[in-house]
Amino acid sequence: MTTPKLELTDVHKRFGANRVLDGFDLSVGRGESVVVLGGSGTGKSVMLKCILGLLHPEAGSIKVDGEETVGIGQRERDRINRQIGMLFQGAALFDSLPVWENVAFGLLAQKRCGRRSARDRAVEILGQVGLGERIADLYPAELSGGMRKRVGLARAVATRPAIMFFDEPTTGLDPIMSDVINNLICSSVKDLGATALSITHDIASARKIADRVAMIYQGRIIWAGAVAEMDQVDNPYVDQFIHGRAEGPITSGMAG
Amino acid sequence: MPVLQPIGRMFLSFLEATGRLTLFTLVSLSHCVRPPFYPRLIGRQMLEIGYFSLPVVGLTAIFTGMVLALQSHTGFSRFSAEGAVATVVVLSITRELGPVLAGLMVAGRIGAAMAAEIGTMRVTEQIDALTTLSTNPYKYLVAPRLIAGVTMLPLLVLVADSIGVFGGYLIGVYRLDFNPASYLTRTWEYLEIMDVVSGVVKAAVYGFIIALMGCYHGYHSTGGAQGVGGATTNAVVSASILILTFNYVITALFFSS
Repeated sequence: MTTPKLELTDVHKRFGANRVLDGFDLSVGRGESVVVLGGSGTGKSVMLKCILGLLHPEAGSIKVDGEETVGIGQRERDRINRQIGMLFQGAALFDSLPVWENVAFGLLAQKRCGRRSARDRAVEILGQVGLGERIADLYPAELSGGMRKRVGLARAVATRPAIMFFDEPTTGLDPIMSDVINNLICSSVKDLGATALSITHDIASARKIADRVAMIYQGRIIWAGAVAEMDQVDNPYVDQFIHGRAEGPITSGMAG
Repeated sequence: MPVLQPIGRMFLSFLEATGRLTLFTLVSLSHCVRPPFYPRLIGRQMLEIGYFSLPVVGLTAIFTGMVLALQSHTGFSRFSAEGAVATVVVLSITRELGPVLAGLMVAGRIGAAMAAEIGTMRVTEQIDALTTLSTNPYKYLVAPRLIAGVTMLPLLVLVADSIGVFGGYLIGVYRLDFNPASYLTRTWEYLEIMDVVSGVVKAAVYGFIIALMGCYHGYHSTGGAQGVGGATTNAVVSASILILTFNYVITALFFSS
């Protein structure tokens, strides 16, 4: 049996009395694209931050390539994070740096090349996400939301990571730009042969980028299956969520 | 005991904040002395703290020196001791007013900017992005600001000392009719190297305090624009209070005997 690329087992994370992750289990196979669906405040982002080491779970196991990451030191964490690319919800571009330096940040941080060749590589990657050289010297504040997402994606793929995380990749974009970003995500993940884990509440996005879908509710996975099975599943929570109904077992207080 | 509960809660939160600040300081200091270093970022912060603060520090210093000359002349003339004006101006500026006023002005200008910039980076997930790109935020954001603060404030204070003394000279010579040569002689006569050194040491400590408070409050800001605004205010207020506190401590250490 092959080792999963990512494996979360019985992960618990709480903030005060609020249990955000409560026995969270998820396994992502090598080269697989999994989307975790769920409403706001259900623990999706916390789950990603626990994998990245930005938050520390109270209990449970998080393995990357079979290697335990909970409780590891900074040096090991940096080594693991070097194989990870992340597209943040708001792109999280560095305001003080021009676009090309944002894209090449990982390359420069890992000292893979000098500044001149890093700029050339950044321009090349920007081309892959549909952005011309003219924006390379602009600053993030001068870009539209869609362009920022593309630059964020370019930054995420620049170091050719083996694992990619996408945090609400289409939030705040119009439907056409959302589809453009979804296509770019699909092509980037395919080109890199990467394992992808995305979190979203955009069903259309999930259908497009996922091989497999998992639904999180109250800090744990309540259903997981192939994307094609999503419409036939006999689970009232999943049914309510994918059809966007106000009535059902998910209360607005939880999903809101 | 409902009366004691809020007191206990306040005490616990004070201890928590003290512990968090201590840890932040120790981690930041350890990253100041361990490679990799970011010379470009250190240079940029030096420019921001040192060069771009010159106008505000210079203006503060020259007017302070001028006022000091006028006020001390008013006071000393009552005892026929006008000759002490130049000495009072130079000692006051180098020992106290140069470092304290430069520190407070830079705290307002730079401490607030640091807290706002790092706070915005925190709430827009840019600090998380740094971590995912294998870059330690303490090393990338905090260490360059601390190094620049500690090195630039002493230089700024030396400039402020010179401008402040020059302000006193202008008033002394052109308004109070002192002889230029005797004013300069009086300025140098009683000035000791320790007067300048104590001001420079104070400035280095203030530079550290300003950068530390700006980074600490920005790094721990939460809750969007309101949180960043609060962090900015806290950075300036806490830096100002600490500057005045350490001013007494350092003065006592240097001159209490």
